[in-house]
Amino acid sequence: MWFEVIDALFTAFWMVIGITVIFGLFVAFSLLISLIYRAYDASKDKARGYSSLKTVTFGDESSVVANRAASVGAVLSIFLIWCIATGSSLIPTILPPPFTGDTQFEYTARNAAGEEDTATVYVRVHSSDNKSPEKPTNAAEGAGFAKDDVLLIPERRSKIVKVQDNDEGGKEDGYEVVAINGQPVLRENVYPYADGEILVTKRGSLSVRPSTGRTMEALYLPPPEKVWSTFVDLNKNGYQGVGLWENVFWSLFRVVIGFALGCLFGIPLGFAIGLNSWLRGWFDPIVEVMRPVPPLALIPLVIIWFGIGEQGKISLLFLAALWIMIIAARAGVSGVSISKVHAAYSLGASKSQLLTKVILPNSLPEIFTGARVAMGVCWGTVVAAELVAAEKGAGKMIIAASKFQLTDIVIIGIIIIGVIGLGIDVLMRMVENKLVPWKGKG
Amino acid sequence: MSGLIIDDVSMTFELPGGGKVEALKNINLNIKEGELMSVLGPSGCGKSTLLNILAGFLAPTAGEMSLSGENITGPSPKRGMVFQHGALFEWMNVTKNIGFGPKMKGVPQAEINQKVEELLDIVGLQDFGEKMIYEMSGGMQQRVALARCLANEPDVILMDEPLGALDALTREKMQSLVLDIWKKTGKTIILITHSVEEALLLGERLLVMAPRPGRVHKEYNLPFAELGVGQDLREVKRHPDFGKRRDEILSMIWDMEEEIMGRTESA
Repeated sequence: MWFEVIDALFTAFWMVIGITVIFGLFVAFSLLISLIYRAYDASKDKARGYSSLKTVTFGDESSVVANRAASVGAVLSIFLIWCIATGSSLIPTILPPPFTGDTQFEYTARNAAGEEDTATVYVRVHSSDNKSPEKPTNAAEGAGFAKDDVLLIPERRSKIVKVQDNDEGGKEDGYEVVAINGQPVLRENVYPYADGEILVTKRGSLSVRPSTGRTMEALYLPPPEKVWSTFVDLNKNGYQGVGLWENVFWSLFRVVIGFALGCLFGIPLGFAIGLNSWLRGWFDPIVEVMRPVPPLALIPLVIIWFGIGEQGKISLLFLAALWIMIIAARAGVSGVSISKVHAAYSLGASKSQLLTKVILPNSLPEIFTGARVAMGVCWGTVVAAELVAAEKGAGKMIIAASKFQLTDIVIIGIIIIGVIGLGIDVLMRMVENKLVPWKGKG
Repeated sequence: MSGLIIDDVSMTFELPGGGKVEALKNINLNIKEGELMSVLGPSGCGKSTLLNILAGFLAPTAGEMSLSGENITGPSPKRGMVFQHGALFEWMNVTKNIGFGPKMKGVPQAEINQKVEELLDIVGLQDFGEKMIYEMSGGMQQRVALARCLANEPDVILMDEPLGALDALTREKMQSLVLDIWKKTGKTIILITHSVEEALLLGERLLVMAPRPGRVHKEYNLPFAELGVGQDLREVKRHPDFGKRRDEILSMIWDMEEEIMGRTESA
């Protein structure tokens, strides 16, 4: 066990180094762009607003406003890095791409009789998109005992060519490949050739590895244009018979229903807990224990109880939203200052008038904060729940695509999930500003 | 019997760690209708407790109070309160805040609107009816709080340091406003304050309270409130008696504070 712990610590250590390097490069890139931006910014006339006259800016939180130019720069930079790393066709080539196309090399073999002869291996490296590549056609030619060979390799892969198979006397003892392109070779050594390298195996065959380049393989990270074309295709044809937006709709639909149920029960319950000592005591242990349980931990139980259908998912989201809304409503009630309650009573309000005219509106800011958190949690939970089991949904789409290594669909799914999560929060904030304009003021 | 009668009221409560606090002990007061009374005292003398008992937010442990012969057992719109920080409802505009009391009673909207108009005029906020509370300064908020209290037509207005959080200039204006309202409406007003000058200016009758146990230490009947109605209050402050009273009360409170400190140190 200790070995595993130490191993994990080592991993963490290497991660620190790796992350430092990646972040360092990214920040360095950012600083570089900021220099360019500053030069541009200094050249134009500035608005002389109050903030521009402040001399103390470092440490003054109010004078730090997100520079939108930097935000745009960051997004473009990530996109650029993505293009460079994947060798995208959108930009000029920066990192060497993997070799594709035709190449060849010569080998020299010695047969049992001690004679030497030279033949050519014609190598065709086809791109992974090409599903039915044609073999080169120069096979089995050659005047001496050594005959030419052909080899078809997908890009980034290697393949063994048994040159002895079609050579006369190739199966006899004493047959040996002695040179490649005129260079003498030994078994179990690697030798470069024009477009890659060749390993002479233990048994004397040749393992050809065309150059893999420096770009990432589409399996790990597809280039942007491929992701875009997959997106266009998904938009039109869907994936596994379900449209892209149909998947998104189902995820959103579950969130909205689950969240609505959570509010429907959570807010009144929160009010009850906030207003009544007995009910607070009654529900406190349940709420306090269930609150820290992440909704994901409930997935197995929910599946056992409700199966993998809609009921299970909506129940899960209901539970995810419920505790948050209970606590938000309770905090909202607790946040009513006693003088406001006193004021309402001495102005002649009854209990029910106090509840609807004072306590409810006064707790709206807290409830909205809770609702924003709950929506965020619900969105995260629905995707995770769909990863486990679902027929439709954004999470289901990406987990199904990952099983076929369709990384582009996975990436599209992740981007859509992120953008929709952001959209939900922005929408909630807009509603909040509309309904509780007094929040954080007075 | 009209007026506010406080009959031998005491308030004793137990501390969680043991020990008792006598916040008020044997308070007897008879406040006539239309009287303007200010209450002054060092912190811990029970003046806020007294006000909360009068408002009906706290029950005394002994004694009784009545307003116009009716026992006080809980909050009532007959006893309006103005709080230190306004305690206004931020989710309503000024008009709705002021109209809150009548609306709770079910007064017709047209009548409420008319009353709110009048009150906005009295407190000098004619053009601010549609403003939200968070858009207003502290002084304006207190004007709204006053108007909201008046809208309910209470018999008694209880003021818990209503001007305490205002700056000196605003405070002076508000003091004149309180006097104006007192004269115009003829309401009974009980005002708690920390400021000796304010207590002198806004009290026909001034109560100095002493702590441990909370009790009435001394009572004054003063002419300054009458003099101050419609007058520049600075003029009133130049009255020869004003300075004399102020110094007298200040040294009285000073002595009390010293006594408290001494007692705490020896304890």
